[in-house]
Amino acid sequence: MTDYNFAYLDEATKRMLRRAILKAVAIPGYQVPFSSREMPMPYGWGTGGVQVTAACLVPEDTLKVIDQGADDTTNAVSIRKFFARVAGVETTEATARASVIQTRHRIPETPLTEGQILVFQVPIPEPLRFLEPRETETRTMHALEDYGLMHVRLYEDIAKHGEIARAYAYPVRVEGRYIMDPSPIPKFDNPKLDNSPALQLFGAGRECRIYALPPYTRVESLDFEDYPFTASKAAGQVCAICGAEDSYLDEVITDDAGGRMFVCSDTDYCATRVAAQAEDAA
Amino acid sequence: MQLTTGFASPPIDAARAFRLVLDAMAHPARIVDLPEIEAPAPCSPAAAIVLLTLVDATTPLHLAGAHDSESVRDWVRFHLGAPLVGPQDAAFALGAWDALCPLGRFPQGSADYPDRSATLIVEAAELRNDGARLTGPGIEAEAYLALPDTAALQANAAQFPRGLDFLFTSNVQLAALPRSTRIGGA
Repeated sequence: MTDYNFAYLDEATKRMLRRAILKAVAIPGYQVPFSSREMPMPYGWGTGGVQVTAACLVPEDTLKVIDQGADDTTNAVSIRKFFARVAGVETTEATARASVIQTRHRIPETPLTEGQILVFQVPIPEPLRFLEPRETETRTMHALEDYGLMHVRLYEDIAKHGEIARAYAYPVRVEGRYIMDPSPIPKFDNPKLDNSPALQLFGAGRECRIYALPPYTRVESLDFEDYPFTASKAAGQVCAICGAEDSYLDEVITDDAGGRMFVCSDTDYCATRVAAQAEDAA
Repeated sequence: MQLTTGFASPPIDAARAFRLVLDAMAHPARIVDLPEIEAPAPCSPAAAIVLLTLVDATTPLHLAGAHDSESVRDWVRFHLGAPLVGPQDAAFALGAWDALCPLGRFPQGSADYPDRSATLIVEAAELRNDGARLTGPGIEAEAYLALPDTAALQANAAQFPRGLDFLFTSNVQLAALPRSTRIGGA
């Protein structure tokens, strides 16, 4: 532990990150440029999230890290171990016990509470990037609140497919101003962004952007009056392990003869339910 | 010349201080208690902690009015190394409300880069949760904070997403007012 500065980064870097985080909180949904550092992991493994977490951690924190909802996958385990080593913080898999949660592409099923911080790992922070590749142009579009292109894109989806064909990274509007990419969370999780009591921070390391949703911020998923947003998941399925009907499910292929099962993506939620059921049965 | 000390353990003290400042910024009008620290007169301990946590050689600082004192300047040079500048170039500014006004002198950010605006550390005699009614991001229903000049701060909020962000400090207490907070009204 003493071999590293607290939370790995040097103090000047953490000050730079902290200033960017405060501006991001003051301008909800706006992507604040920051001077992203090389981290001891490759881009795409959460370098942005790790830098935001490092800037926020205090020794008293309890850290949870999830990857697609799971606490026990490579990315989650390695980041959790990283901070246990360089910041000496306690770690947990229980959503309710965590004060800081770093996540790759899910929001936990257990409702977050006031005082918790949720840090998202973001690959492409710019929601307009696949519609307009030039940073100068997308920046002007945000400045002028010129979001016609995004609405045309959603309309074209309906014309071609009969619905808005986006299952994840579904764009949202923050406090009626900035259009924001909620990171590649399933659109099932979008309603959890709205009016959350927790502070939500987004870090994109390769793209050098930090953005934020303060607690109790209005977050609307983009839609049309006649094609309202729906937070969909695997239709008509329940979790094969815990029987949950209300959680987001992963499809697991079990053989090469078309066998499959659906299980909770949130491993903590599933395990907690299984434990409760075992207790009830006993 | 007698210099006061900075953080006893910079990485840990700065981390704890930042979490309190972040908590305040994420919950406008919430009054948080920062730890005690020796501060150069007439700087409050809370303002000194904010400076130690956020300001360094890369962030131009403006000292306004009585805060532009020999003791504060020496302290800034030793602990922060921040360039001391006029209001038009400041990333951070420290002073009493009257000394900081008019607000238009500070960088307000541009439409393209609204984050390139100054953060003002406003020293106040006391912080009270009464007076102006506040709503917006970070506030569940409504909050109240006694503001030095409601009209000027309403004009600042009306520029959103451009505008200044405020950290009000009094002794060891701190409360934040980001530009996103709506002031007054039903």
